[in-house]
Amino acid sequence: MPGTGTPSDLVVEAEGLVKRFGETEALRGLDLAVERGTVLGVLGPNGAGKTTAVRILTTLLRADGGRAVIDGVDVATDPARVRARIGLTGQYAAVDERLTARENLDLVGRFYRMSPKDAAARAQELLERFTLVDAADRVLGGFSGGMRRRIDIAMSLVARPVVLFLDEPTTGLDPRSRLAMWDLIEELVAEGVTTLLTTQYLDEADRLAERIVVIDHGHAIAQGTPDELKDLVGGARVEIRLDAHGSDGDAVVAALGELRSPGGGPAMHDGLLHVPVRPTTTAPDVVRALDAAGVTIHDVSVERPTLDDVFMTLTGHAAEDEGGEG
Amino acid sequence: MAATTTTTADVRHDELPSGPLWALRDSWNEARRHLRAVPRSPELLVFATLQPIMFVLLFNYVFGGSVKLPGGGTYTQFLIPGVFAQTVVFGSAFTGIGLAEDLSKGFIDRLRSLPISQSAVLVGRTMSDMVRNILTFGVMLGVAFAIGFRFQGGIARGVLASLLLLAFSYSFSWIQALIGLSVSSVEAANSAGFIWMFPLTFVSSAFVPTENMTPWLRWIAERNPFTIVTNAARALYSGAPAGNLVWSSLAWAAGITVLFAFLAIRKFGNSASR
Repeated sequence: MPGTGTPSDLVVEAEGLVKRFGETEALRGLDLAVERGTVLGVLGPNGAGKTTAVRILTTLLRADGGRAVIDGVDVATDPARVRARIGLTGQYAAVDERLTARENLDLVGRFYRMSPKDAAARAQELLERFTLVDAADRVLGGFSGGMRRRIDIAMSLVARPVVLFLDEPTTGLDPRSRLAMWDLIEELVAEGVTTLLTTQYLDEADRLAERIVVIDHGHAIAQGTPDELKDLVGGARVEIRLDAHGSDGDAVVAALGELRSPGGGPAMHDGLLHVPVRPTTTAPDVVRALDAAGVTIHDVSVERPTLDDVFMTLTGHAAEDEGGEG
Repeated sequence: MAATTTTTADVRHDELPSGPLWALRDSWNEARRHLRAVPRSPELLVFATLQPIMFVLLFNYVFGGSVKLPGGGTYTQFLIPGVFAQTVVFGSAFTGIGLAEDLSKGFIDRLRSLPISQSAVLVGRTMSDMVRNILTFGVMLGVAFAIGFRFQGGIARGVLASLLLLAFSYSFSWIQALIGLSVSSVEAANSAGFIWMFPLTFVSSAFVPTENMTPWLRWIAERNPFTIVTNAARALYSGAPAGNLVWSSLAWAAGITVLFAFLAIRKFGNSASR
């Protein structure tokens, strides 16, 4: 596996997962690994096999081939012990709308064998954590999609899972709720909740995940940090607007020196000098290098490829416009 | 924040207890989830109760004058056990509809990802539907008494007849559970749950004596388990000799429960949201 940690740091470890539905091969040898305390983003279009993978890892579905281990426990041979370790927030907000937020949380606590007293205390703790105290005792029926999602995620955290599975957590949310959900997930991550997140939104994976596995047609086609993935399509480039008094393009290129990427030469587009640079280059790096060489310019920006570019390059199609089942 | 960190020191993920008593507690918690909802949507209960009341009144006053009973006796005393039986059996459809709803909303996924007894979800659901059925039954009994129906065989036999009907309806909850887990939507669960119960309950002795039917229909009606249960309840309510009817009814209820609980629980293990 490509994970950088030792094997014991891997909370989720899946190798060669295969799943067929009749003629359709939903997964064809998918590998996944999530290190403790990190977020893995599983990125792919609808029908890529994301949800199937989550269902196998959360014991809802049996794989036809391959092996998956959660926190050292095999999902196929010991599903009950896996269930004790995981929290699942699926594609729908799985809350009981006829109950209140408190009752929903309390129910999950009791299902985790907590005493009524402990379950109630844990529910209160989570209501406070998710700032739901004011709405705690209202029936969920009239709540917004964003609120339901928050309660949904709170329910997944009742038993302090070893790993949290979030299957397309912002699908169907309005833009404002989506941003709020991103904030919430970032907070959880900061608190150290190990998370496997599936998404078809590139900006979501980019913002939330430390590592990303891009899957298409049931297997991984690329993986790495968001920046590593972006490097696959050519890394970063600086765009420099030359000084009106005629700063010398060749001098600028020479001044960039070590910052330049080995691949590709400089080019002029629309009055801007484009120079491919190493992926870690920042605008201040460029300014310092130019200053040191005594070259003046008018303006500079560093452009990085988006995950859209990555997806396009890897699959030949965009991520968000393919139909079919998740 | 302490509330959500993944420190597992205080949660023993490997020592969650299990066993029959825990399965029972899981079932109770699941049943309570549904029972809590009952008083919150009283209109559901009102309509679920109005329908059988209408059936009692409509059948009694519309057909009452024109149905000849071979054995004599009043049509009210004949009809009411049939309406009771049909109502409790129709009430079992709630089980399938409710499960299909949980399935479509992803709640079944949530339950299946929890370390609970997997059969508890269905046991809890069928038990809570039974409670709802008992409430409806009580109201119906009141209306029946108001229009002249009596426990002519005494209180004990009347109670036994009522329990027999409820047990039969419970077994049908398991058929409906299998249907609810098998169909692709709540609407489908509604149609698939009800459609076959019309011939089942009408080609029977529930509303008219089978003696008045054409021979082939009568042949079917008399072998219909629904006829057997209706006749058993009718005999017990009226104080007539019930013979083997009570035992046959119980055997049907037990047989259906065992078979369909097995099938439904197996189906539950493979079910997933759609």
